[in-house]
Amino acid sequence: MEIPYTVAAREDTGLNNGKIGIWLFLASEVMLFGALFATYILLRVGSTEWPHGYTILNVPLATFNTIVLISSSVTMVMAWASLMRRRFGTFRIYQGVTVLLGGVFLMVKYFEYSAKFHHELFPRTNNFMAIYFTLTGLHMLHVIGGMVVNAYLLGPGSKLYKTNPEWFTNRVENSGLFWHFVDLVWIFLFPTLYLL
Amino acid sequence: MAFPKINMLSYQSYFLGGVTMIASFFIPEGGAAQAGWTSYPPLANISGSGQTWWLIGMIFLITSSLLGSINFIVTTIQLRAPGLTFMRFPFFVWAQFVTSFLLLLAFPPLEAAGVLQLMDRVAGTSFFMPTGLVVSGQVAPNAGGGNPLLWQHLFWFLAHPEVYVLILPAMGIVAEVIANNTRKPLWGYRSMVYSLGFLGFMSFIVWAHHMFMTGMGTVMSTFFQTTTMIISIPSVVILTALILSLWGGSIRFTTPMLFALAFLPMFGIGGLTGLPLGLSVTDIPLHDTYYVIGHFHYVVAPGTLFGLMAGIYYWYPKATGRMMNEFLGKLHFWGSFVFMNLVFMPMFFLGLAGVSRRLFDGGETYQFAQPALHYNVMSSWGAWMLGIAQIPFIINFFWSMKGGRKVGANPWEATTLEWAAPSPPPHGNFDHPPEVYRGPYEYSVPGRTTDFQPQFERA
Amino acid sequence: MSGSHDVDIDKHVRIYITVFVSLMVLTLITVAVGYLHLPVGPAVAVALLIASIKGGLVACYFMHLISERKLIYYVLFSTVVLFLVLLLVPLVTVHDGTWINRHIP
Repeated sequence: MEIPYTVAAREDTGLNNGKIGIWLFLASEVMLFGALFATYILLRVGSTEWPHGYTILNVPLATFNTIVLISSSVTMVMAWASLMRRRFGTFRIYQGVTVLLGGVFLMVKYFEYSAKFHHELFPRTNNFMAIYFTLTGLHMLHVIGGMVVNAYLLGPGSKLYKTNPEWFTNRVENSGLFWHFVDLVWIFLFPTLYLL
Repeated sequence: MAFPKINMLSYQSYFLGGVTMIASFFIPEGGAAQAGWTSYPPLANISGSGQTWWLIGMIFLITSSLLGSINFIVTTIQLRAPGLTFMRFPFFVWAQFVTSFLLLLAFPPLEAAGVLQLMDRVAGTSFFMPTGLVVSGQVAPNAGGGNPLLWQHLFWFLAHPEVYVLILPAMGIVAEVIANNTRKPLWGYRSMVYSLGFLGFMSFIVWAHHMFMTGMGTVMSTFFQTTTMIISIPSVVILTALILSLWGGSIRFTTPMLFALAFLPMFGIGGLTGLPLGLSVTDIPLHDTYYVIGHFHYVVAPGTLFGLMAGIYYWYPKATGRMMNEFLGKLHFWGSFVFMNLVFMPMFFLGLAGVSRRLFDGGETYQFAQPALHYNVMSSWGAWMLGIAQIPFIINFFWSMKGGRKVGANPWEATTLEWAAPSPPPHGNFDHPPEVYRGPYEYSVPGRTTDFQPQFERA
Repeated sequence: MSGSHDVDIDKHVRIYITVFVSLMVLTLITVAVGYLHLPVGPAVAVALLIASIKGGLVACYFMHLISERKLIYYVLFSTVVLFLVLLLVPLVTVHDGTWINRHIP
């Protein structure tokens, strides 16, 4: 028996399996990052002194990274829109730019971290650095994960488009949802760590 | 399942997690994880290297649970057979459904906490280490600005829903077995379902009743005590409905039914003994004593485990095509039932006498514990006898695979969908896609020649 | 969400561009406000407000939440409630009995 509703939507829920699956996963990710934000709040409120992020961290660089990530979100949704219009070539361009922008984000993070280490600022230095590295580190792992999936869909995974374009479009949409979520987390991370 | 590959990934992650945890026992120096399942800092932070393995193992296990939950929820919503509406679900399916939501939303904070504790142990951070912490006469090197209570909140945010994860599926199994072996529908199915939903939601806002002794003020301890009292209501509704389901039934005392019946008073004792623990004032003398151990073992051991046993005896013929032996089953049951009580009942008295848990000598060195020490002896006898009582089960389980009485698709004359599949089910489970025509417990329908009408039969 | 017409997608694309520009503007605003070095209370409130608007735009339009099905809304609503519980309750619990009594003369 074929597994139903992999591509077609089930009538009463109006959704296919993958869409529900990815939103459930994102719900769990909200709780994961929520715990880390709760940690930040508890540690900061309970501390006797807590540095302002802008005194330690590089705000212009992070602003640039914020713009990079937001742009990659736009290119991601445009990639999906291209597939909806069945323009495979345009999809590849947008998907490629999305992966590229993810790479730019990672490179900037590499420079940021290296600069911190160079100035003897490690997770063990103080609790601000600890939660900074943990929050941005976990976020970075999610960026890498998203890039791997996006690269797969750009490369070997795109073969599915020839046999089942609708299924492939759904996969791009679902991985796009994950990518937007990664952007969403950064939208909250950035002011919390860098501007407050 | 909706996502077969994720199903497999969930198992593989679980296997890896289990191996990692057990591996900690074989670490030459530093030793196995020894900070308890609660892994409280500062002890867990400074423990030997086994604790790091424990934390890594937890990350694998949590990932496995998350993947599994997603699969269960999507499958339950999307892959229902035609005609299977939500209110035609067997109660067990509802129980698993709610359990999956608990796992999905409660586990991630523990995963985050595990990462934080790993950072503390490996990267020298002090998320959980307070300033000026002294270990073995020396100030701990990386201690500064952390809060052990942060771990407790993140841990118990999961660990309370976790106990409902432990009990809900067992309640589901007991419901199925009771309906089948009373030959009548469950009493109050709708109330039971709504109670499940309410219980699931409430389970997220009671967690700090595990933390009454951490110095929280009266406002928050009253809040958590209140939510804890409220959450006992749906549990009582479900237990009462199960008990009322017996009234007027044509009871078949099969082995699964014996376990399901025993579940009822055992869970009752477990639940009732939870009440003084859930009230902040009465928790003061009882926290961290043997009373707590008695309470949670009553809900989990003769609670969840008896539910599990009922399930194994009930679904064994479906999975293997053979019945387990009834005589060995009854031997297993009576031994387990009697000795389970012998192990855990004395613990209430030990706890009321003030004996703490996690003492290597059971309270022997304490003056006040002397009159209660004999309870330890009772529990120990009970434990050994309980272990011996499992032998008939182990023999039965393996022998019946080849030597058990062969049966067809529906040996228990049950009404739910799984009994439409062949025993054992082939790849794809069903010969042809099943269809559902009615509710899950159409037993003793007036005017019929048989005393059951399966969900999946047209007439 | 499969098999929509080109016309629908065109409308969506225009929305995406609008949202993109809004996000850029809001990013610059939040950084500019950051340079004002407001006291902690107002700083947190403004930062959270702007971040919520940005996040809301990403969720509603890039993630298509504005036209999503009820089931997804139920799941997300429960998640948001629990997220807020996780964020606020430990804080209140740890500080209960301390900040309440601080103002008693």
